Amino acid sequence: MTETSTDAAWFRGAESGDLATARDAIEHGSAAEPADWPMQAVEAGFADDEDDYYRLLHAATVNAAREAVRERERADDQQLRHGVRAMDDAERTANELAERAVEWAGTLFDEVSGGVEGAREIADRTPETTAEHRAVSLSRRVRELDDEAADLRAFIERTAPAVAPNLCEMAGPVLTARLVSLAGGLEPLAKMPSGTVQVLGAEDALFAHLAGRAPSPKHGVIFTHEYVHGTRPEDRGSAARAFAGKLAIAARIDHYSGDYRPEIHEELADRIATIRERGER
Amino acid sequence: MSLPDGVTRRDFDGREGLATRGSPVYGEPTDGPWRRWDPNRSKLGAMLELGMETGLGGGESVLYLGAASGTTVSHVADVCGPTYAVEFAPRPARDLLDVAEDRGNLFPLLKDARKPRTYAHVVEAGLDVLVQDVATRGQARVAALNRQFLADDGRLLAAIKARSEDVTAAPEDVFESVLDELREEFEIVETERLEPYHADHLAVIARPR
Repeated sequence: MTETSTDAAWFRGAESGDLATARDAIEHGSAAEPADWPMQAVEAGFADDEDDYYRLLHAATVNAAREAVRERERADDQQLRHGVRAMDDAERTANELAERAVEWAGTLFDEVSGGVEGAREIADRTPETTAEHRAVSLSRRVRELDDEAADLRAFIERTAPAVAPNLCEMAGPVLTARLVSLAGGLEPLAKMPSGTVQVLGAEDALFAHLAGRAPSPKHGVIFTHEYVHGTRPEDRGSAARAFAGKLAIAARIDHYSGDYRPEIHEELADRIATIRERGER
Repeated sequence: MSLPDGVTRRDFDGREGLATRGSPVYGEPTDGPWRRWDPNRSKLGAMLELGMETGLGGGESVLYLGAASGTTVSHVADVCGPTYAVEFAPRPARDLLDVAEDRGNLFPLLKDARKPRTYAHVVEAGLDVLVQDVATRGQARVAALNRQFLADDGRLLAAIKARSEDVTAAPEDVFESVLDELREEFEIVETERLEPYHADHLAVIARPR
């Protein structure tokens, strides 16, 4: 029992002065429950005595926290911007190529289903003729591109909370990345009035409106969020306005302060609930 | 009430206030080795100022959840023994690091207080004090999750923020429901509103059941 719990201790496997190993253990390790680590460290010979243990722990935790802060701060808004654009390109290209590959494979194999999923099935086949070789090879490219898109999405999901914790909580990582990308960065987004945030991604409709040819757009890319598209059409304009207002505030907090503020999320949830109640009356 | 060893009342520019000994952190007034503990900036400071029985005597081992930029935790580390400071947001944690640098008994951890498994391999068991100052929904749950670090005769010192639980409900109702949830794992010893220092906050002192 004692042995298994020592296995989990942060100092296990590290030499006393090895800050890099200790950092890895502190950051990525875990334990089901705490234990008397100072005593165990002395017993394991990691530290000479309790004071020595705390001295080592201080050096290790300060170093680990400093590195982690540095790393998270390096995750900047421009990386997020590139990430989301690359993900969109990879997804779009995968879909286009999948159509081509599936159409081709349909002439060579029986029972071919459509889209990227269809291409994935073809990629698993063993080709025999030269034509089959080409169609299967093309499908494998689709599969790789689709995997790449999934990896890019995972990258965005990891990066966005560090770049913009409040936006991310409110809009989710991918929509956060899209807003940052459309605005050109977190700082420009933080400086936008909420009305601009509301129609980001609806530029065509906005300029058609300004030219007098169309009604004003009620929402841009924020439509993808449940708060907007999950609200009945008559109230979507209100929901989009409330959502964009809080997003603009969240962007400012994220850019200028960086700490997490739970209040604004509660306020928004409350406001959306009020807007939706209108439809239930 | 008794102040912990290492905390005293001093005169700062004609105003009396709590003070601890340590290197200054946030531009607070100092008097020789003493620096002012501002109850308006620190919920624990306000608890001491209001005369609550925190049970702090000096030298305790502490787990501090929600250390933010380290304002309060710097005073805690001045007075107490090993002090583990958990904070999740990177930007305030950078300031916390400056505080920890000068204090050998302060161990900063960039972790989420809602996931104690991710730091149970660093934070020791059997601690004397659990200070909770996290402004997140489910504050009672965070306390329950972190009870495992506390000795059976340890103490929970929590500042419950009403607006973090529900912005629309009356603070009194929020406090009542948080206390109800806390009672599942803790025995409440004392509660007090932190006005005028902090609006809509309830200080709670409790023991593990």
